[in-house]
Amino acid sequence: MSGQPGFAESRLRNDQRLEAVIGQMLRAGVTVSALIMFAGGVLYLRHPGGHAPDYTHFHSAPAEALSIRGTFAGVAHGSSLAIIQLGILLLIATPVVRVVFALAGFLLEKDRLYTVISAIVLAILLFSLIHSR
Amino acid sequence: MSLNLLEFSLLMFATSAVAGLLGALTGLGGGVVLVPVLTILFKIDIRYAIGASLISVIATSSGAAAAYVREGFSNIRIGMFLEIATTLGAIFGAYLAAKVSTHAIGITFGIVLLYSAYLSFRAKHASGSDRPDPRGTRLRLQGTDPESGKAYTAQHVPAGFAIMGLAGTLSGLLGIGSGAVKVLAMDQAMRLPFKVSTTTSNFMIGVTAAASAGIYLSRGYIDPGLAMPVMLGVLAGSLLGAKLLVKARVATLRMVFAVVIAVLGVEMIYNSIAGRL
Repeated sequence: MSGQPGFAESRLRNDQRLEAVIGQMLRAGVTVSALIMFAGGVLYLRHPGGHAPDYTHFHSAPAEALSIRGTFAGVAHGSSLAIIQLGILLLIATPVVRVVFALAGFLLEKDRLYTVISAIVLAILLFSLIHSR
Repeated sequence: MSLNLLEFSLLMFATSAVAGLLGALTGLGGGVVLVPVLTILFKIDIRYAIGASLISVIATSSGAAAAYVREGFSNIRIGMFLEIATTLGAIFGAYLAAKVSTHAIGITFGIVLLYSAYLSFRAKHASGSDRPDPRGTRLRLQGTDPESGKAYTAQHVPAGFAIMGLAGTLSGLLGIGSGAVKVLAMDQAMRLPFKVSTTTSNFMIGVTAAASAGIYLSRGYIDPGLAMPVMLGVLAGSLLGAKLLVKARVATLRMVFAVVIAVLGVEMIYNSIAGRL
């Protein structure tokens, strides 16, 4: 492979383009989820005089924050905590989508080794997200 | 504390912003400062603290990665390959977090802090003294350092991979990015250039954290009322840190940060043993 400088060069260019796309995707994911969390936060703090919840003892997060289904149900009812949680779910999904983008990029580059490596990472992530429900 | 909801949220935001700034500047992540401060200073249960921290390290990693990628430091292939080890470790760590006591988590956290501090004090490695690892070449764990223009190839690949598995386990157990251990794997074991190590480590943290986030979520560790100000604060601090990183003096930063995390490490161990965590 070292005897093909043109090949290596084009791969480097492709890698840089792939990294740029991934960088933009990451930023978009974080921006959108932060905005949703901020909006939910404003709604959550609309009665600023209330007491802060007791976080010194563990009693599990509210039910609407425990599952994807619960979060969507809460958002439908206009719950501020569920809206914040929607932003959190989107944030968790961002790195997963990042791996999908990388997988697609390596597939387009016909890089079999790194397509397989990305697929393994994606499988582990999906296993954990599906298994934890 | 007799803070109202708004005061409490603003305090969480400000604290988290400082943690995020320090974490991004050193490449160690905001979690290592955030969790001790939340538990020791604000007496927050460690399970809520690591839940909020885990969410914020995803934001830190993803937010700052966009800036690092532009600079050309982070290596996407090395990151992806090592993420096999970190994600498997993260799942194991998240399962472990429910099995062990909060005191044990606190003591482990303290040891990780002290170890991170020790690593920062240690002299830098002698780069390029070893022969290239044929596994590094075969897996194409290579790149060019944009600072020196020199090509590099990962060395001691099995050792780096194993340390990454440990980094993932600690991430899942403690809700941190464990950037210190990731940098140990890449900087010390695999002998990659320092800025390549820190930025690739940062790039990997989000994927590692996502592997344990689902488990945390279903266990109720991630409370939206706390995670919201913490995540927004860490994100704001880390974005500022990423802007400053390129011109920052890495050596001085490491020293300052090492002292801070050493103090927090001692506090963490003391509080766990005293049963105050």
